[in-house]
Amino acid sequence: MSLLEAIRLAFGMIRAQKLKSFFSTIGAFIGVMFLIAVVSIVKGMDKYVQEDFAAKIFGINTFTVSRRPGVQFGDPGDAVRRAWRRRPQLYEDDFHAIRAALPSDYLVAIESSNQAEGVVGTKHSDYIQVSGVSEDLFKIRDYQIADGRIFTPEEINHSANVVVIGTDVADSFFTGEEPVGKTIRIAGFPYTVIGVVEKQGNVFGFSLDRFAIAPYTSEIKKVVNPHKVVDGIIVKSPNDPMMHAAMDRVEGVMRSRHHLRPEEDDDFHLDTQEDVLSFWSKIANVLYTALPLLVGVSLVVGGIVIMNIMLMAVAERTREIGVRKSLGARRRDILAQFLVESATLSTTGAVLGILSGLGLARLVQAISPLPMGVSPMSILLGIVLGIGVGVISGVYPASRAARLDPVTALRAE
Amino acid sequence: MSEPVIRTVGLTRDYPMGGEIVRALRGVDLEILPNEYVAIMGPSGSGKSTLMNLIGCLDTPTAGQYWLAGLEVSRMTDDELARVRNRQIGFVFQTFNLLPRASALHNVELPLVYAGLPARERHQKAEQALASVGLGDRMEHRPAELSGGQRQRVAIARALVTEPSIILADEPTGNLDSSTSEEIMKIFEELHRSRGQTIVMVTHESDIARHAARVVTLHDGVISSDRLKAA
Repeated sequence: MSLLEAIRLAFGMIRAQKLKSFFSTIGAFIGVMFLIAVVSIVKGMDKYVQEDFAAKIFGINTFTVSRRPGVQFGDPGDAVRRAWRRRPQLYEDDFHAIRAALPSDYLVAIESSNQAEGVVGTKHSDYIQVSGVSEDLFKIRDYQIADGRIFTPEEINHSANVVVIGTDVADSFFTGEEPVGKTIRIAGFPYTVIGVVEKQGNVFGFSLDRFAIAPYTSEIKKVVNPHKVVDGIIVKSPNDPMMHAAMDRVEGVMRSRHHLRPEEDDDFHLDTQEDVLSFWSKIANVLYTALPLLVGVSLVVGGIVIMNIMLMAVAERTREIGVRKSLGARRRDILAQFLVESATLSTTGAVLGILSGLGLARLVQAISPLPMGVSPMSILLGIVLGIGVGVISGVYPASRAARLDPVTALRAE
Repeated sequence: MSEPVIRTVGLTRDYPMGGEIVRALRGVDLEILPNEYVAIMGPSGSGKSTLMNLIGCLDTPTAGQYWLAGLEVSRMTDDELARVRNRQIGFVFQTFNLLPRASALHNVELPLVYAGLPARERHQKAEQALASVGLGDRMEHRPAELSGGQRQRVAIARALVTEPSIILADEPTGNLDSSTSEEIMKIFEELHRSRGQTIVMVTHESDIARHAARVVTLHDGVISSDRLKAA
């Protein structure tokens, strides 16, 4: 009997017993569904983090000088945190020094942020992200102005109370009105809106448009960072190869400003997009380690279920086996028939699992900002696992069927 | 005189049963020639079913020898026996033993599947066999959609399709009413007459046995009589 005929025969059996077949494949179904869904989602996250998240939060070819790392995987421990607290602050003068040390095609900006309340008339907003920045920040973040303008170096020099806001802030205060020219009180200080930044979207569901950006010299410095202290100094190099040279340069500048001896460690931190990516890849690794366990358990349970169903099938069809043997079926014919049947059963479950897994990932995509990424390898693996579970769990029932004595089998009811 | 299709020498079969040994066959010497139509009779417990299982290569003897179409079957392995059943023997059972989910055509094709024939050839041969038992218009019917007589005719077609050396019929009319039984017996007679098909039929009904040209009677595991009907 050819394999194709055996598979057709198996499908006939599955069709004849739809409900039983469905229940018997449920283990393979769930296992493969998990596999596909998790891999698709993690892969989607991967793509998202690499292409979207890291670029939106940090920007390409960009690094940030700060007192302590911006992203940290796990708890660094009290000792490390105390050490971070003892580090010197970053000052506006550090910014000027870095600016002076780098050629003019590098962009350098200050960004100091805090959460603060905005008030227009009697309308209070939730807390919004308020930042004191220097003018290059708009270019580093690639903020396009939807309305109005950004502030000028003169306005920074004169500590002008002007502000550029995100679309969420504009929408919540000035629905249907022109925001530019209006006054908004930020942390109690009156600011004139001079521009609105184009919509940035969101990451992991958090809006990137709930912000107000003002000159770092203006009055909100009392809220974000007083006494010429800054949170971070952001540097963007014109291209990728030059970024690492710039990082070395900035490290040198900062070390000499902090009078560090060669044997002493840096007492500041350079964050890049790569830190976020490595942070993410650690999370992804945890998921990928847990996944085989989850899938494995479902498949083992599924395999045991299929084995039992096949043992029942052999018992129910003893007479059929006897007839087939009397007509000339050899042991290996019967063995192959039941192996193919159990493999077909679990592969059908696996294929349904693949479809549901993709459906699940699509659902996640629909209700969350995460895109899904389909991995052809995981689909292939799903099918291979389906066939494998079927064959392995079919071996024992099929060999029992193959060993049946024809005389006894023909007498069975 | 031609070589016998079936030759057994001292064929013995013992079964262990609850600590005792049941001696179902105690040395059967039997020769059946090509084109013979033989009925094997005997009361229940006489060993006729055991003999039929041995002749049908479904079972192997405890002692003695058995040649089928010149092959010594009594020394064969399981898979060799399966091949002999496939090529040399066409079974017709009392309970028809058709696969319930398969069409008449597929049931008849089944031995050819195990013979490894390509699908087209199988189809053609199965159609011919079904037509020869008068079921050319019932090929796609399932067993449940056929009458008892029709089912047995499907089974006969299945037995014929491989052009076996012998047709081995085990109480072929045991589940049929008397008029249908006559119908089936006519088919056997026709096969014997027109094709020269060798037929061995196990039965306990003398009405059925009288259709055969030779009647072998078993008693307590040995042949008690072997009579040729006067032509």
